[in-house]
Amino acid sequence: MSSEFGLRDWLLSEEPSSRRQAALSSWYNGWLRFRSNTLAMVGLCVLILIIFAAIFAPVLATHDQFAQDLGQRLLRPGVDGHLFGTDGLGRDIYSRVLYGARISLYIVLLVAMVAPLLGLIVGTVAGYAGGWVDIILMRITDIFLAFPRLILALAFVAALGAGIENAVLAISLTAWPPYARIARAETLTIRNSDYIHAIRLQGAGPMRIVTRHIWPLCISSLVVRVTLDMAGIILTAAGLGFLGLGAQPPSPEWGAMISDGRAYILDSWWVATIPGLAIFSISLAFNLLGDGLRDVLDPKDNGS
Amino acid sequence: MTTIFVTLLGLLFVTFMIGRVMPIDPVLAVIGERATQAQYEETFIALGLDQPLMVQFWIYVRDVMHGDFGQSIRTGQEVSSDIARVFPATFELATLGTLFGVVIGVPLGVLAAVRRGTWIDQIARFVGLIGYSMPIFWLGLVGLLVFYGILGWVSGPGRVGIFYQGIVEPITGMLLVDSLLRGEWDVFKSAFSHIILPASLLGYFSLAYISRMTRSFMLEQMNSEYIITARVKGLSEWQVVWGHAFRNIRIQLITVIALAYANLLEGSVLTEIIFAWPGIGQYITTSLLANDMNAVLGGTIVIGSIFVGINIFSDLLYRFFDPRAK
Repeated sequence: MSSEFGLRDWLLSEEPSSRRQAALSSWYNGWLRFRSNTLAMVGLCVLILIIFAAIFAPVLATHDQFAQDLGQRLLRPGVDGHLFGTDGLGRDIYSRVLYGARISLYIVLLVAMVAPLLGLIVGTVAGYAGGWVDIILMRITDIFLAFPRLILALAFVAALGAGIENAVLAISLTAWPPYARIARAETLTIRNSDYIHAIRLQGAGPMRIVTRHIWPLCISSLVVRVTLDMAGIILTAAGLGFLGLGAQPPSPEWGAMISDGRAYILDSWWVATIPGLAIFSISLAFNLLGDGLRDVLDPKDNGS
Repeated sequence: MTTIFVTLLGLLFVTFMIGRVMPIDPVLAVIGERATQAQYEETFIALGLDQPLMVQFWIYVRDVMHGDFGQSIRTGQEVSSDIARVFPATFELATLGTLFGVVIGVPLGVLAAVRRGTWIDQIARFVGLIGYSMPIFWLGLVGLLVFYGILGWVSGPGRVGIFYQGIVEPITGMLLVDSLLRGEWDVFKSAFSHIILPASLLGYFSLAYISRMTRSFMLEQMNSEYIITARVKGLSEWQVVWGHAFRNIRIQLITVIALAYANLLEGSVLTEIIFAWPGIGQYITTSLLANDMNAVLGGTIVIGSIFVGINIFSDLLYRFFDPRAK
């Protein structure tokens, strides 16, 4: 017990004796503030549960996700060991929903890496370079921002062809502009600070200044924004899947599963309803988590 | 003015490029795969594909400016006349949806701000959170299941009952308005029971957004000093809230409602699929699945331009009415 108290005191120390202690201490304080937000913790738990389900899908699944059995089609939930029933081709919905979590998380992770990176590059270059570069890059950003997102993603997927990777690309191409705006705003406030001047005097080039000294300071605002956007990304991806433009059959993508269940909605409600609940819980979890993170990382804007 | 122009030009450039990188050969799409080489080359030149890319873009912009989006392969009609035919259905749906969102969302947001921290505030927050997390197409399906399948309160997919189809000669293209103008009460009733579910579902999503923004605008006002002054003067709570605080958020609210409306146009794509609503969203997606690029890009340009237009309009409105923004 005493060692634990020691660690806690060390983390909460008012006078950190090393850089590492100061950094860990600020992380710990953030965690304490985050932990006191019940709803955000609920979001985090749900998310961990979904990640867990995605990782251990092969162990948790009771049936083969692709195995069809027309004799067993449209069984009610709970019948014959099918926890969530079966779909129009007799496939086990519970197992498919589990594997579907992998696809959703895969899409979200990819978009969450590609779009902010694109925005970060455009925004910091525009903010640091200024002048014409800034005007042109921001004008392009405005144009993309002015587009309705789903429609633009639809048009991109139409051009690139349906499929998960193309859906990711299409969503990223529509999602980067807000990140560029945030990164540019951060860059403008940092650009003329003393420590940047100091680094420049030491002989650092623009490339090094932007990547090593400006990027790290943009990260926290971007992380909050990404978490808040994740629900939107999931909903867009599911929408594309629903339209048949995302993951292709027989892949158990949740949006595509809802589309499959559409034909049976009045007689066999569970086929479309259960994957929908899965989408709802993951995006709700991300929204709760994002709200909580915003409160922790951005104390200016708490709750009001 | 330049902003509008540059943005619209950018929009056209993006759709133009999308049209160019398509894996579908535009010539084959017109003449079919069995055409001879000579026919192929003739069409290739007729479509202007031998010109440099910049010239092609220029011709494209000129055509679109004249309202010419090319021909739809699927329907065999001009895309512009197709869109003119389907657009009123979307307009009707989105307008009713926004109306729903405003009528419920604004009072909810105001109440949530005035009674901050009470149960009504919690409800408003909950409503918003659900709205931000729910896939709209799924809510549509569940709505159909519950209100049409189980309760039977509303009519199913489609715009009007099958017996009433084609009775009303279009005037505005909006069935609710047309049937009223023509005095066809039965058609109006049928159309109303068809539109109420998709419109209120769409409205729910704009309600989530509108009530959240209203709440934060109102909170800002309620914390300012003139509100304390008004209270000290002995005005009634109603006067303070609606006469003072609400008056000052009207302009901000109009811009929010305009944005919500623009978002609804987009949200209607998925809703229209679920409810078999013959609007522009359904037009774009069916064309998409049929590889009918002219139709897809034409629809994208129309929705995109409306989106840009509404954005700029709300921006201008803000600058015009709010002296601080100058």
